[in-house]
Amino acid sequence: MTEHQAVIPCSEAVRQLWDYLDHAVSPQDQEKVEQHLSFCRTCCGELEFAKQLREFLASQGAEDIPPHVKARLERFVTDL
Amino acid sequence: MVEVGDRTKESFQRLAAAELVGLYWLARRLVRDGAEDLVQEALLRAYRSFGTLEHDTAAGPWLKAILVNVFRDQLRRQARSVEELPVERVEDFSLYQTLVEHDPLPYSDTLHHDYLRAFGKEDVREVLMRLPEIYRGPLVLRYMDGFATKEIARLLDAPLGTILARLHRGRKRFELELWTYAQETGLLVREKVR
Repeated sequence: MTEHQAVIPCSEAVRQLWDYLDHAVSPQDQEKVEQHLSFCRTCCGELEFAKQLREFLASQGAEDIPPHVKARLERFVTDL
Repeated sequence: MVEVGDRTKESFQRLAAAELVGLYWLARRLVRDGAEDLVQEALLRAYRSFGTLEHDTAAGPWLKAILVNVFRDQLRRQARSVEELPVERVEDFSLYQTLVEHDPLPYSDTLHHDYLRAFGKEDVREVLMRLPEIYRGPLVLRYMDGFATKEIARLLDAPLGTILARLHRGRKRFELELWTYAQETGLLVREKVR
């Protein structure tokens, strides 16, 4: 086993999961995370939950503005 | 070729009017109070620098970037100290594991999914407001509004490493607050009654 394939503990794998999903880890770290996930069911669960949390955050999108606020902002733009 | 749009007052008003909803909701997620003021200050600043907008199609991100700048300047003026939890309490917390251990929805086959579904948008906003601004800003911009981390670092005028660290702490803190908020407000009980 080469040095960059060294096994990482759960704490390290979990710490990197969001960056892993963002493709923001180095190829070496990506390999370490994937190797860890290949045998750790708990961290696979953490990975799935991280995906759910990201979708949850992304789904908190904009809704309509309360009409009185919208009217004030539109007036503000008109009065510029 | 750079598209040079019509830089009249009327064209600004047209572009801004189309972005009011997005701007207001971004502001609502960044600050507890004063979202409307934040939008107005951003609009004023944007109008003064309207000439720097090269493409009308980029008006949305451009206006949001200006709003984030106003937010950043407000933070600097406030220069509030960050109320921190002990590092280990945040770093060691896993909402995934906590839900497995406490099983707050014993009849659910999709515990983690159903737990998140119990949060309405106002609940999520309340959870966000429990986060210190230095964590809330990057978290909102990255995962709710889709800004790239490098862009967040530029807008908040902070090194990329600092933003990445704040994102990490912010995610952990967000998970912890999702748990404590539900405990303190009886959210899951309310959800069952609904």
